[in-house]
Amino acid sequence: MLRVASDGSETLDKFRRGDIDAFETLFRQHQRAVYGWILRIVRDSAAAEDLTIETFWRLHVAHARFDPARGFEAWARRIATHAAFDWLRRRQPESAMPEQFFAELPTSAAANPAVCDEIRRKTALAFGRLPPRLRIAAILAVVEERPQKEVAEALGISVAAVKLRVFRALRLLRKDLQQQGITP
Amino acid sequence: MNQNEHDRLKRLLQDALPPIETDPEPNRDLWPEMLRKLDERPAAVPWFDWALLGGLVGMAAFFPASIPLLLYYL
Repeated sequence: MLRVASDGSETLDKFRRGDIDAFETLFRQHQRAVYGWILRIVRDSAAAEDLTIETFWRLHVAHARFDPARGFEAWARRIATHAAFDWLRRRQPESAMPEQFFAELPTSAAANPAVCDEIRRKTALAFGRLPPRLRIAAILAVVEERPQKEVAEALGISVAAVKLRVFRALRLLRKDLQQQGITP
Repeated sequence: MNQNEHDRLKRLLQDALPPIETDPEPNRDLWPEMLRKLDERPAAVPWFDWALLGGLVGMAAFFPASIPLLLYYL
C-alpha cells in the first residue's frame, strides 16, 4: 500500500514547482505502491504497468495543483484509481478478466478446498461483468479489505457511498451467480 | 442481504480473486518509459485557457472597438 514517505516537504515542494529531479525521486519512491494499488484493481500486470506510467504522467501534468498539506500518497491513490477506472470502462465486460489472470495470480493460501476451480472461475467472470464503479469499490473494500475511508478517498466519494456500492456489487454478483446455478 | 450472505460472498470472492498481500514489484523499470512519455507529450493546455482565448477572439470579432483595449492590457 502507499505509505507516508519520511523525506518530507522539500521534495514535495520542489515537485510542486515542477522540478523533474523531485518528480523522479517521488516516482522511484512510490511506483511500487502505485503499481500495487492499480494491480489490485485491474488484475493485469501489463496494464498495471502502463497505468502506473499514466498515473505519474497525470501527477506530473497536475503538479501545480498539488497540495502538500493533503499528502502525496492519497493524491496518487486517487489519480491511480481514476486511471484504473478509465481503463476498466474502456474494456469490454467479456474481456474484463483476461485468461492470463487465472494463470498469473496464485490461489489464495486460505482458499476453501470445497470451492472448485470452475466456481472460482465463474465467480471471477461474474465479478468482471459488474459495472466498473461497483467493481472497484468491491475489490478494494471486500477482497483487499482496505479501510472504507481509504477507499472513499481514492474514489472521491463518501464512506456511505462506498458501502452502497459494495452492497449493490454483492447483490448483482449474487444474482449473476444464481442465474448460473451457483448459490453462494 | 443479511450478514451471513455477505460473508459467504466475501469468502467466495476472495477464493476467486485472491487478495494481493504485499505490493509486488513491476516486471521492469518504468522510469525510462516515463521519461520517454515526458519527452513525447507536451503538457496539455488547461481547458479554461482555451475558453479564455476563445472568449477574447469572440469579443474581438463581435466588438472590434475593444481590440485597442485588449492590446492595452496585454
